[in-house]
Amino acid sequence: MLWEVFVRPRRGLSHTHAGSLHAADAELALRNARDLYTRRSEGVSIWVVPSSEITASSPDDKGEFFDPAADKVYRHPTFYEVPEGVEHL
Amino acid sequence: MNAQYVLGLGDDCLISSHRLAEWSGRAPGLEEDVALANIALDQLGQARMLLQHAGSLLGQTEDELAYLRGEREFRNVQLAELPNGDFGHTIARLLCFSSYQVALYSGLAAGPDPALAAIAGKAVKEVRYHRDYASQWTRRLGDGTAESHRRMAAGLAAVWPYTYELFEDRHAEPVPGLTRAGWLSDVGAVLTAATLEVPADDGWHPTGGRDGLHTEALGYLLAEMQHLHRAHPGATW
Repeated sequence: MLWEVFVRPRRGLSHTHAGSLHAADAELALRNARDLYTRRSEGVSIWVVPSSEITASSPDDKGEFFDPAADKVYRHPTFYEVPEGVEHL
Repeated sequence: MNAQYVLGLGDDCLISSHRLAEWSGRAPGLEEDVALANIALDQLGQARMLLQHAGSLLGQTEDELAYLRGEREFRNVQLAELPNGDFGHTIARLLCFSSYQVALYSGLAAGPDPALAAIAGKAVKEVRYHRDYASQWTRRLGDGTAESHRRMAAGLAAVWPYTYELFEDRHAEPVPGLTRAGWLSDVGAVLTAATLEVPADDGWHPTGGRDGLHTEALGYLLAEMQHLHRAHPGATW
């Protein structure tokens, strides 16, 4: 069974996708994830999710899904100045 | 602290580490390959610290101790050197060994020797994970299919006689909390959850590892582990 692994690098940041792995069940998936993706201190928290439970957008629908957002500049926060020292915006 | 005793603990880790490393590239899956290699590396780290400590008491370096001693000079328990067998055998050996190490290091971490206490305090977290890994797999194999149950039980029966030696250390002061009864209750709980039976005691308790008496398997292991260093003395890479 295939699992997707999400790792939180440190407190305050979100879990991000790290990769996938095989495991017989969730508990073993968590342990495999610990060995495969956090052995160099990459994380403080791990989520594992069955890959089959993920509903993904189709590459064929890319046009309808994403292109309409491309020309609406007023939706982008580009008119603000980012204060110095803000790292995670 | 008795140098021979520290040497024995270091040898346990070194030999067990080499055995687990033999799974590299051959484990049932990529994930288990990495997991077993990780555990082997933890044990190798413990072996280095323990052999450095023993070496400082004996006036030798860790490399001399690891690579230039003969079979009769190794002080590891025989359990550590037993061949891997199938995955069930290896998991049974790791369950028995890591459960022993958890109690051992917990006791030593509060013990009188500051160097040994520091090593044990660091290592106890690692061996708790090893025990957890072995417990998880024991449960899945024991409570899995008829075939996995059969193999897990066979592995357990094969390593069980060698577990008596863990608790008859004549070279050591008793370590608080390290008893066969406590170990049996830990391991027994895992076996029960795995629908496995605690193997019966048939009276055969092979022993002698701490005095340099080993099974025939150790010589082959040492030949492989030491040949590079013996062929190229002082080689570094």
